[in-house]
Amino acid sequence: MSYRQVLVTGLLLLLFAVAGTAMVAFTYQHTHGRIVDNERAALLHNLHLLVPPARYDNNLFKDTIEVRDPRMLGTDDPVTVYRARKDGKPVAAVLTPVAPDGYGGAIRLLVGIDYDGTIAGVRVLSEHETPGLGDKIEADRSDWIFGFAGKSIGNPPLDKWKVKKDGGAFDQFTGATITPRAVVKAIRKSLIYFSRHREALFAKAGSAGGEKGAGDTGHDNGPAAAKAGKR
Amino acid sequence: MNEPSYRSIAANGLWNNNTGLVQLLGLCPLLAVTSTVINGLGLGLATTATLVASNTTVSLIRRVVRPEVRIPVFVLVIASIVTVIELSMNAYFHQLYKILGIFIPLIVTNCSIIGRAEAFASKHTPDRAFLDGLMMGLGFTLVLVTLGGMRELVGHGTLLSHAQLMFGPGAKALTVTVIHNYGGFLLAILPPGAFLGLGLLIALKNVIDARRERRAARAAAPAAQPAGTPA
Repeated sequence: MSYRQVLVTGLLLLLFAVAGTAMVAFTYQHTHGRIVDNERAALLHNLHLLVPPARYDNNLFKDTIEVRDPRMLGTDDPVTVYRARKDGKPVAAVLTPVAPDGYGGAIRLLVGIDYDGTIAGVRVLSEHETPGLGDKIEADRSDWIFGFAGKSIGNPPLDKWKVKKDGGAFDQFTGATITPRAVVKAIRKSLIYFSRHREALFAKAGSAGGEKGAGDTGHDNGPAAAKAGKR
Repeated sequence: MNEPSYRSIAANGLWNNNTGLVQLLGLCPLLAVTSTVINGLGLGLATTATLVASNTTVSLIRRVVRPEVRIPVFVLVIASIVTVIELSMNAYFHQLYKILGIFIPLIVTNCSIIGRAEAFASKHTPDRAFLDGLMMGLGFTLVLVTLGGMRELVGHGTLLSHAQLMFGPGAKALTVTVIHNYGGFLLAILPPGAFLGLGLLIALKNVIDARRERRAARAAAPAAQPAGTPA
């Protein structure tokens, strides 16, 4: 092959690389905003299941803090806490802890806790449990996860925060004990974490500043939004 | 080079040389996502779109691309197309995208796509390449949907559950509960169910083919036999 041919072939390859990249960049430009909106809407939908919009008037996406506590929150990574306030007074916090010891790996949870320490609700963000057995922790598979709403550290007593098989107050499923055990443990730890750090959790102003913003649809590329984009 | 007829292209893609049942290409996504009809349909359509776009593009550029660099160019074309489809699905079918997850970007590695580019599209006119992509894709989709239907019916006792993810909230009514108060059959939903189901489908195709062959042979036989010969 002559130099000329090599050069032509190389240029051809370059041309296709540029064309392909341009096509992807163009699509990215046109879908990026929508994708970010989708992810926010999905997250907001989940948050609203725990803390209904009527209960707060701040911008949940902006009023967040990142906390790190591998022992209590189950992950080495920082955990996002969404804070709901009304008229500036704290209403509830939604923690995103991880139950690291599920049957199929880590289970990511969304734990809403009211300011007085009772659970507003719990949902599963992601899990890899056995379909038909462990996945009954999902809200659309069974009612089990709804049982946590209204519970707190004293109700049931802290030493009863276990599945029934371990002498606790919470049901396990037929054929799956590991999954509910992991979830109950993670929620229990979240409650303890919340009671220890409650004031600190609500104290600091949102990372992007304007936590008093009433709407929750405003566009911004602050750290809170970037975090929300991570599913 | 003589061009195959449109009819034979369609017959090849849909039946004789079906991607899922005969070529046995793209088995990883085929086995992984076919737990429901809608999942199968979603991945099938995404794969079809990729095949049509890549086949047409490869055919259009077949005289420009030098043989030495054709494979890298095909890979570039296919990877760009898949990324565009992935971004679009994330933007417009967000829920479905989340369920199909990693299998959308992995369409890149579906051998049937580069296989059709190399074996068919790079040697034929764009209209035929387009049709080949469409038919191969639809043949693959058909297998995905059938397998998804079998597994969903046996595993959950429903058909078309989560149709709203694909066709909007109005489509929720499409879901058919075939067996009421069905406890579910776990094996069908787990990976072994996919292997068993695919095995049965391949067997069924072979039975149908064998029967057609026998009928064709029987139809041809009396004509070949001279009249009046004792049986």
